[in-house]
Amino acid sequence: MEHIITPKVEYVKLLNRYAEKKSVLGTLYLTATHLIYVEQTNNTRKETWVLHHHIMSVEKLPLTAHGCPLLICCKTFQLLHLLFQRERDCQDVYQSLLRLFQPVKEEELYAFLYNPHQNEEDRRQGWEFINVANDFSRMGLSNDYWEISHLNKDYEICSTYPSILGLPKNVSVATVTGSAKFRSRGRLPVLSYFHKDTKAAICRCSQPLSGLTSRCVEDEQMLQAISQANPNCPFIYVVDTRPKLNAMANRAAGKGYENEDNYSNIRFQFQGIENIHVMRNSLQKLLEVCSVKSPSMSDYLTGLENSGWLRHIKSVMDAGVFLAKAVCEERASVLVHCSDGWDRTAQVCSLSCILLDPYYRTIKGLMVLIEKEWISIGHKFSHRCGHLDTDPKEVSPVFTQFLECVWQLSEQFPCVFEFNERYLIEIHNQVYACQYGNFIGNCQKERLEMRLHEKTFSLWPHLLKNQHLYRNPLYRRSLECTVLRPSTLPLHFKFWCGMYNYYDGGMHPKQSVLDQLLSLTQKQVEGERTMTELQRVRGVMGVVDFVRVERYLTDMMLSPSHPFTAAEGAEPAATEHDLTSSKDKPVSVETEHSKEEVQESS
Amino acid sequence: MELSEHIKTANVEDVTLRRPFHPALRGTLCVTSHHLLFSDRKDEASWQLLILLKNIDAIEKRAVGSSGTITIKCKDLLVLQLEIPGMEECLNIASSIEALSSLESVTEMYPFFYRPSHLTLNGPWGLSSTEQYYKQTERLWDRWRVSTLNSDYSVCPSYPSAVIMPREVDDDKLIRSARFRQGGRFPVLSYCHHRNGMVIMRSSQPLTGANKKRCKEDELLLQAVIDGSELGYIIDLRSAQQAQQARMTGGGFESKSFYSHWKRIHRHHERGKVVQESLIKLVEACSDPSHSVDRWLSKLENSKWLSHVHSALSTAGLVVECVERDGHSVLVHGSEGTDNTLLVSSLAQLILDPASRTVTGFLCLLEREWIQAGHPFQQRCAHSAYSHARLKQECPIFLLLLDCVWQVWRQFPLALEFSEALLLRLAQEVYASNYGTFLCNSEQERCAAGVKENTHCLFQSLLRPDIEEQYLNPLYEPTDLAIWPSVHPQSLQLWTGLFLRWTEYAQNMEEAREEVWSIVKEHHEQAGPDRTNNTLSTHCDTLTPFENLMDELTIL
Repeated sequence: MEHIITPKVEYVKLLNRYAEKKSVLGTLYLTATHLIYVEQTNNTRKETWVLHHHIMSVEKLPLTAHGCPLLICCKTFQLLHLLFQRERDCQDVYQSLLRLFQPVKEEELYAFLYNPHQNEEDRRQGWEFINVANDFSRMGLSNDYWEISHLNKDYEICSTYPSILGLPKNVSVATVTGSAKFRSRGRLPVLSYFHKDTKAAICRCSQPLSGLTSRCVEDEQMLQAISQANPNCPFIYVVDTRPKLNAMANRAAGKGYENEDNYSNIRFQFQGIENIHVMRNSLQKLLEVCSVKSPSMSDYLTGLENSGWLRHIKSVMDAGVFLAKAVCEERASVLVHCSDGWDRTAQVCSLSCILLDPYYRTIKGLMVLIEKEWISIGHKFSHRCGHLDTDPKEVSPVFTQFLECVWQLSEQFPCVFEFNERYLIEIHNQVYACQYGNFIGNCQKERLEMRLHEKTFSLWPHLLKNQHLYRNPLYRRSLECTVLRPSTLPLHFKFWCGMYNYYDGGMHPKQSVLDQLLSLTQKQVEGERTMTELQRVRGVMGVVDFVRVERYLTDMMLSPSHPFTAAEGAEPAATEHDLTSSKDKPVSVETEHSKEEVQESS
Repeated sequence: MELSEHIKTANVEDVTLRRPFHPALRGTLCVTSHHLLFSDRKDEASWQLLILLKNIDAIEKRAVGSSGTITIKCKDLLVLQLEIPGMEECLNIASSIEALSSLESVTEMYPFFYRPSHLTLNGPWGLSSTEQYYKQTERLWDRWRVSTLNSDYSVCPSYPSAVIMPREVDDDKLIRSARFRQGGRFPVLSYCHHRNGMVIMRSSQPLTGANKKRCKEDELLLQAVIDGSELGYIIDLRSAQQAQQARMTGGGFESKSFYSHWKRIHRHHERGKVVQESLIKLVEACSDPSHSVDRWLSKLENSKWLSHVHSALSTAGLVVECVERDGHSVLVHGSEGTDNTLLVSSLAQLILDPASRTVTGFLCLLEREWIQAGHPFQQRCAHSAYSHARLKQECPIFLLLLDCVWQVWRQFPLALEFSEALLLRLAQEVYASNYGTFLCNSEQERCAAGVKENTHCLFQSLLRPDIEEQYLNPLYEPTDLAIWPSVHPQSLQLWTGLFLRWTEYAQNMEEAREEVWSIVKEHHEQAGPDRTNNTLSTHCDTLTPFENLMDELTIL
């Protein structure tokens, strides 16, 4: 790894944000994939692992009398404030990290070198585990109204759409291609969710290229076809999730929104969700509030208000609730779009799916939903998450907001989700980790070209394997059949401390109801579970699993490209004795989560 | 005037009742001396709503054609609407409610008439006393004694008849110290830490006045408290500036030169009207129908309620730090020593003392530190968040305590034996109750009114095994450690259980609670019958031995 200038720096201080006295001295290691901070005092060894891909920014702060400070901010909302004794070391680490945390090429992403010790067959099965076509079947497709179409199999109609699309039955190819041409980036109206009971559908697309006066017969036919695919309602809602002003501005650029006069029986609505730039800035402000050392209650609440974050979360939720109501109460189909139809549209469609269909509130159902409404239909994960060193203006916490909306729902309805908060946080961490291939690339076509299914592994089987950690013990299947009708009064929108202050353990409840209930139900359900298995579980959940960490270290050392072996004079601290015993394939540290537990627990 | 003379119309038919999140009901409305009764007998299964008139904080009348609408806003934050056919009936009902919901005389209040068949007036009243606390706390026996100098309430009208004092300070000195403290509230023992014998004392402010008067006996008393150890802490619940200003009106603070072994720390706490208005603003914000998040957050901030929660928990944390971590005794006081003083000292005990985290222990704590210690409940809880009446001495300090306890419970969900339901029940009872527990402003007043002889005790009734289960925390696992809550703003939350009590949200939370119970019960069934009984029986047993020890007290 030519980018690592200094693989090891000793006597680095890790500053504690809340208690200066608790700051510690330790050793910093840079590996090909992680930054590792090891603190060894007497018999306790504490390790903090930070995946390079999780780093959002590295900043050298002005020199102080105590040393040379380096501030590392992570996409997982972790903050590391390091203090180096020598300016030289600080500069070297800074330089190395700059290059490591934002790779230039996709092949440098962790997923391309990570192997969870599966064979090719496992890998193939892993990728097939979640299948969007199956979800269409689950909804009852193909039926009298909707069918699965392969018109886009070569990504020619729309390069950012998946190869299979849900379209109204019997809609002509001319209508489809014509409509695609009239929509921004060819993202024509396609089926997102079909509600069996009401026959109403949620469809999604991008904005029409209507400009000030343009119209398109095929697009009008397309909407007509969507309307006709619902026998229960004579009109469809067309929901533009943008603020009206933004949509108007787009008209001047030849884009815009549907003119009600040109389309028969549509009811047009704006929803007022702000764009990716507003959201990015809002999160920035929120994080500033989170990281204030000891704010007064007033400062905190004012800061929270000024960040606008919860206002944005509510706007997404409002739109989702509007869709769900239209479908289940008015039995009306809805067509949703924003500008390109891959950010706000994805948020709103997936949220309304959760409100409408209990399946998506299960552990597997959420995977399916994310696969369907985000990954396959072209939410630009690579750009939005800033996996590579690309345009920072493309980065935006759109997916994070979706996860937060789900969390807000789970706070209002503690018994309707099969999963708990940790599942959402784990998915969030994995999205940024690039350890698995799922969230790499911006659309299906790109992923195919990268041959991700051959070169990387899928996250979903890994999550499923650990699903006992993510279970919500309060989940009641009996409540399954209900449509969720959340209150959207502002007071129900709470700050998500578990996410944005995840690494500030001191702020969280000191005892966990979740752990308690999980351990009670665990014993109940799986009384036959062996002792060793239980210990493994505990290792991931809270108790440090040193063996695993050390094994990982040794494993990395055996690889010829590894900094410990590649760089001169680097000592493989405290792990030498383990060299021989690591013949059996090491269990890699599986989650960013568990690494952090290492830090928390000593 | 007889209470019944306030009732001009006792019954109205065809009244429509509207409650939040329930369909409207039609039925009969009935006003009695103490209750408003609505019954709907349309279906076979009749449904009734019984509201204590004292629970009604405010009513609003509105005429709609020939009929009238009364909006009833209760002290437990419930809001109801009654549509009454006939304007005259409506006005009569409204004036009855107005007159009967604000009775001044204690003995006219409902607890003096409440006679359920399952309770008898002959049983013991209350759970604890100063003497019992002393008897239980072995660490006190050596250096402390029970003084009955206040047995006729002449030394301090708001203190109980017995207080715990250092052995080496005789009653004469105490009387002098009492004269030097506002309202005669001289420093008394509130808690003795089981781990190191350090104590929490509480009092009112010293009356040093503008001339910096001193009182040798008061100084000796405090010297005796720390008994030769180097240092004690005085936590003054006012800012240094306020404490200075208090001298102008005859109050003051313990100056360093006269109390050389005591270190004074000032922590500003809002009191009285400010806190009352804070509650009013918060409740108003919670019922704001606007959909603007900014508006909500700004109103929440503006209400300052969470800031008060924050201050109370921080200062309690400070007291705990002094006692537990640094091993020093503490004296807590503000001005009168009847409000924030009790808030801080009881929160500190909850954090420090595992015994105060059981149902019985917590109720005993409330009894000792609030009821017997002379928190003026009648004045403070005369009105709640909706009243338009001019505020006099109202202040929801007790509600603030319950909120703080809830915050502790949220952060340590396994450490308290009781559940949120108990806190909610107390929040309701303190404003309007069938029981005599929260009547009057002091022991002296309760004695004069014959509260113990003529009313039932809430705490005893809460501990009856059939009632108590609903107030237990199914996840309770006792711990001996201090439970320090985090006071980061991110760690403190709006107490939705109380402030959103009458919304759909509360129903979802109830489902979750039931689910927790069923998981725990199922688990216990699997683990064998031994464990199930364990938690249920312990605190019932603890009551009896205390009673028997009463007689031996004189010997000590």
